Amino acid sequence: MTDAVLQAGAPGPAARPEGSRPGAVLRRAEARPIIEIDDVVKTFGEFVAVDHVSLTIREGELFALLGGSGCGKTTLLRMLAGFERPTAGRILIGGQDMTHVAPYDRPVNMMFQSYALFPHMSVEANVAFGLRQDGLPKAEIRDRVRQMLDLVQLAPFAKRKPHHLSGGQRQRVALARSLAKHPKVLLLDEPLAALDKKLREQTQLELVGIQERVGTTFVVVTHDQEEAMTMADRVAIMDSGRIIQVDTPHALYEYPNTRFVAEFFGTVNMFQGDLIEDEPDHILIRSDALANPVYVGHGISAREGATVWVALRPEKLAISRTRPDRAHNWDQGIIEDIVYLGGISTYHVRLDSGALARVTTQNLERMAEPDITWDDRVFVSWRHDNVVVVTG
Amino acid sequence: MKRASRFPYVMLAIGFAFLYVPILLLMIFSFNESRLVTVWGGFSLKWYAELFRNEQMLDAALVSLRIAVTSATIATVLGTLSALMMGRFGRFRGRLLFTGMITAPLVMPEVITGLSLLLMFVSLEGLIGWPQGRGVDTITIAHTTFCMAYVNIVVQSRLVGLDRSVEEAAMDLGARPLKAFLVITLPMLAPALVSGWLLSFTLSLDDLVIASFVAGPASSTLPMVVFSSVRMGVTPEINALATLLVLVATVTILIAAAVLWRQERERDRAVARAVDAERRA
Amino acid sequence: MSAPSDSPRDAPPAAGPLARSEAEQAWSRAGWSDGDDRRLTRLQRLTARFGRGTVIGVPYLWLLLFFLLPFLIVLKISFAEFRLGLPPYTPLLEWIDGTYLQIRLALGNYQFLLEDPLYITAYLNSLKVAFFSTVFALLIGYPMAYAIARSKPSLRAVFLLLVILPFWTSFLIRVYAWIGILKNNGLINNGLMALGLIDEPLPLLNTEFSLYVGIVYSYLPFMVLPLYATLEKMDTSLIEAAADLGCRPFKAFLTVTLPLSLPGIVAGSMLVFIPAVGEFVIPDLLGGAGTLMIGKVLWSEFFNNRDWPVASAVAIAMLIFLVIPIVVFQHYQQKQAERAEES
Repeated sequence: MTDAVLQAGAPGPAARPEGSRPGAVLRRAEARPIIEIDDVVKTFGEFVAVDHVSLTIREGELFALLGGSGCGKTTLLRMLAGFERPTAGRILIGGQDMTHVAPYDRPVNMMFQSYALFPHMSVEANVAFGLRQDGLPKAEIRDRVRQMLDLVQLAPFAKRKPHHLSGGQRQRVALARSLAKHPKVLLLDEPLAALDKKLREQTQLELVGIQERVGTTFVVVTHDQEEAMTMADRVAIMDSGRIIQVDTPHALYEYPNTRFVAEFFGTVNMFQGDLIEDEPDHILIRSDALANPVYVGHGISAREGATVWVALRPEKLAISRTRPDRAHNWDQGIIEDIVYLGGISTYHVRLDSGALARVTTQNLERMAEPDITWDDRVFVSWRHDNVVVVTG
Repeated sequence: MKRASRFPYVMLAIGFAFLYVPILLLMIFSFNESRLVTVWGGFSLKWYAELFRNEQMLDAALVSLRIAVTSATIATVLGTLSALMMGRFGRFRGRLLFTGMITAPLVMPEVITGLSLLLMFVSLEGLIGWPQGRGVDTITIAHTTFCMAYVNIVVQSRLVGLDRSVEEAAMDLGARPLKAFLVITLPMLAPALVSGWLLSFTLSLDDLVIASFVAGPASSTLPMVVFSSVRMGVTPEINALATLLVLVATVTILIAAAVLWRQERERDRAVARAVDAERRA
Repeated sequence: MSAPSDSPRDAPPAAGPLARSEAEQAWSRAGWSDGDDRRLTRLQRLTARFGRGTVIGVPYLWLLLFFLLPFLIVLKISFAEFRLGLPPYTPLLEWIDGTYLQIRLALGNYQFLLEDPLYITAYLNSLKVAFFSTVFALLIGYPMAYAIARSKPSLRAVFLLLVILPFWTSFLIRVYAWIGILKNNGLINNGLMALGLIDEPLPLLNTEFSLYVGIVYSYLPFMVLPLYATLEKMDTSLIEAAADLGCRPFKAFLTVTLPLSLPGIVAGSMLVFIPAVGEFVIPDLLGGAGTLMIGKVLWSEFFNNRDWPVASAVAIAMLIFLVIPIVVFQHYQQKQAERAEES
């Protein structure tokens, strides 16, 4: 596995063309770091939950930690909150070493997956709890609570007990409570996991809206790549306690640095091959799975003869009945399955090598008769600049 | 399928009849005019009057109540502390021994518990002069010891069910551990503390064997007095006492159940309303 | 990676209508004030350790003093000899001429238990009575628990309440209730004679029958509750899956439900068996003078014969009989608790 990439824009193993960085990151690129995680390790007995992770999160960012269960993302979040102590390494928040500071002394607050609302206190009292711990004057607490409840549109429910609320309302109480202290960083542990699908999609955007309004740095832990893509400015992908890649959703999708990231983030056709020609302006890859060589219009940092993987997104593939008029970047096969999803259709093409290629097309015309159907022989082709090559 | 599944319900009816008919008969015959417990001689309240004139019985009832309230209270404190140790402290030195000591009283035959405590009290008195003789204090200690095992079970099962992140949330919002415990954990444990206390109170009020071992000459509890009069033969006064005890227990339990049931129904309704409002919004 | 040069408190508030200067002030008041607070942690840690010490210490000491120590004393006295006086037993340790410390372990009490058939018979009889009571309670309790677990949720609460309710009423009085029913001029005999079915009263009270009735009656709720707990948790779709795969209901019960409810069966059986072995009140009131059960023997050894050493030896021997079921019970409880913690 390659080392973690710390900064957006740092080159991954597979080179990418200059100047293609999306503008969204630049907006926050100059912001100062608010969280610096420096070579942190956390072990539970024999088990290494977090394995030499270094990471910088900038002020005002909505940052997502994405990974499957047991990848260490929640442990990392809990170390930021102070519920777990790192076995080694340092955690700086706002430039100060917080590695060994207790949770109640940290300038961060957490929104729990279960919401962890105090069942015996009203909504109001829940939101006021953190402010009371700081001994703020009563009038100020009242103002701040009202402000918060307005923010999450729960003012009419102030006197209710949490178990008298719906799931979505509870989620908003939890958010208001954790924001009430104006933390430097808000940590959100699977904030939407307990909501049903429809409410979840709606709440994702609401959460982003609130984050933009209050301007607080959000660190969201999630296992849902769609959620991470919808919400986050930058995403760190974690696996087995390590960070695999940190980047904007766009860059993670279009420029994955490993097979793991390419396959984790969206759907991908992955073909193993050998680098047979490496010129400054192009490379050629031969794969047993593909009839013709793959031509890529830029160099990569690998030796000739090295094993590489060609990653092709389904929507970057074209499908047709006519044979492309070139020597590379196409193959042929038989339509094995068609998955119709309304807006798009996915064609499963069994290539002559036996490998499977998935191709998605947009269904732009309502009345269009599909001219390609089961068992048709088709040609699959792609543009050379849509090929992603990864070495590990 | 339906026919095959009727058997358990028949057994349920028989089982409940088995459990309740003796108690009901007892209650009916407490209103019997006749001294013969088993022959109906007309309705009368005279055994209740007799019961309330029985000084020995009344004194014993007061002693029992005093012991039950004290030992239930101490047992609730100690049992809760034990539950916290078992549920929140992870590994500590001597955990295995403690686990054994806190669960063993649940299954220990009463005669052994009673005998061992008495022998210890006697030995202690010989060594350090305390406790001087035996009486209410020694019974209270004995009852506390086995009641705390029950409280421990009740509180611990509630503690296991608690979402730990609620306590973490309190600390995350700035409450120090002790404060988080007092303001968050303790109120959430309150129902378990109440039922633990009530359970201890009942167990203490009900105990005959252990109290018989560790009681002194001047400290007869209610079960001890009842036992000795039952041994003499059946007396209708005991029926009257039984009826009162059963009624008090039943009414208490029914009130508690009704309160819980109403709370639950209100909560369900409120949630339904909230979900509804959200859908319309 | 370098820390920013200025303190985070002076950091400009993040953009947004909520923040601005007011919020900034509140922020510093709200107090992530740096430094001083955090130096308290040593003191805090000390108080935390003190608190932890009290929480552990008080119940621990209590149980050592009032649970473990008494057992050690029983063990000690079981090795002493009976004598007239107070305390009515000989000391184990004795100074002889002020120079030798003499330890006298009298094994006589245990030898006595082995030689006198009374004790052996009482032990075996206790185990027999406890075993069959457990079986009867299981046979009655299992269908009850099953019916409760499979009934409608609203009824379930009522049924459970009905199972628990007797537990809150006096044990002694519930045993006493059976005397009036079973005795010679009791309800059953009077009823049967009035119907002309019998001419003279059947001997019901002070028999093995009345003993079993009393024990099963008293301990039935202890059997039903753990059984209900496991049956209620069981996924009913397992039975449906078995039926779907062609299993007839009774076979499905034998091959799926019964094995899965084993933890409940074990817990319930132990909760009936263990206290039944040492039971005193029921054999005394319902079993009559002829019933030999070890709890009763211990009681009379202590209260009637005043022989503390023999009573102690009887207690220790009883514990030895009960060690295996107690360990089985605790083992199951432990596993149950661990499973609860995992989920």
